Amino acid sequence: MADRPSVIMKKNLWNNNPIFIQILGICSTLAVTNNLVNTLIMTVGLVFVTGFTNLSVSLLKELIPDRVRMIIQTLIIAFYVIIVDIVLRAYLPAISRSLGPYVGLIITNCIIMGRAEGFARSNPPVISLWDGITSGIGYMWVLVMIAFFRELLGSGSLFGIKILPDNFTYWTIMVMPPSAFFLLGIVIWICKSLILKKEGGK
Amino acid sequence: MAPDINPFVIFIASIFTSNILLSNFLGMCSFISISKDMKSANGLGLAVTVVLGFTGIINWYVLYYILIPLNLLYLRYIVFIIVIAATVQVLEMVIDRLSPALYMSLGIFLPLITVNCAILGAALFVEIRKYDLIQTLFFSIGSGLGWWLAIMALSAIQKKLKNAPVPAGLKGPGITLITIGFMAMAFIGFSGMVPIQ
Repeated sequence: MADRPSVIMKKNLWNNNPIFIQILGICSTLAVTNNLVNTLIMTVGLVFVTGFTNLSVSLLKELIPDRVRMIIQTLIIAFYVIIVDIVLRAYLPAISRSLGPYVGLIITNCIIMGRAEGFARSNPPVISLWDGITSGIGYMWVLVMIAFFRELLGSGSLFGIKILPDNFTYWTIMVMPPSAFFLLGIVIWICKSLILKKEGGK
Repeated sequence: MAPDINPFVIFIASIFTSNILLSNFLGMCSFISISKDMKSANGLGLAVTVVLGFTGIINWYVLYYILIPLNLLYLRYIVFIIVIAATVQVLEMVIDRLSPALYMSLGIFLPLITVNCAILGAALFVEIRKYDLIQTLFFSIGSGLGWWLAIMALSAIQKKLKNAPVPAGLKGPGITLITIGFMAMAFIGFSGMVPIQ
């Protein structure tokens, strides 16, 4: 039933990536991808929440009655999100303000609930923690990649540091919402084509 | 963040220019999976609008009469989620009692809504933008209608897309996202006219 850790990692980072295969949890985080710093902070928060939610759900799985498990899982997620929110407010107040409501929206991010339901409920704690963390990282690298292009082309900088020369014309669309949809669509296209090619070659 | 915007402006803006789905990316998960079928899209859109209207108001009261006076603002995520879950539960029972026909078409979508980010997101926007009660009402209902409009438009486009030659790797979610991108451009194109934010 439970795969080896390396297999789980490979699955979560590529074969079964939460974003381009499962299309989960893109809601809250696409909004912050116009800026690399925000994306990194947000996704690190998400990795933390996914990992520890999985750990807690797995530890408590004997105690949670089946009928109310959804709401209990939501409360566990909310508990960790509040921790992330308070930490951000205390140590990175500027970023916390620019993320706005999106930190809170990690709660309704389907990927966390999806992993808790699909993995942590039927597996031992340590491997669940690992699954949560790698799922989070699988999510992170795709979003960081999108943010890289959006920030580079939209404001000519990376991590807030100017990279492109002044005479470069910024692509205003890149800092606006539609570009996130386009870029994610393109990322899905590339990754799926690669996977299809690999399967076809076998 | 001007608290004195005309509620009607908020209403129009939340339907079109600041569409909660297309400019704030909220409620994407169910949006992509449900939009394949127009009838379900319609049911879900209606359900989101109804739930948003109710929870918007209830969460406003909870926020200003319970959480802020008791200085419990940090608990708001948990409280909002519980309010939303409870409202959905009550609505489900009421609809079941009053109109079995409506329940048949709406019933399966109501539980899905508890985890729809648009509902929680709207509650958090109300808190951050400091809307008053009337503004909250217009904002919540407008956002719901905007979401409904977007999902209906997308499912209509998807119907046409079924017959289009799409590259194998782009089939499914890929092309859907690119379509949503074009829709977002169309909606956001008017954002200079009625700005809220």
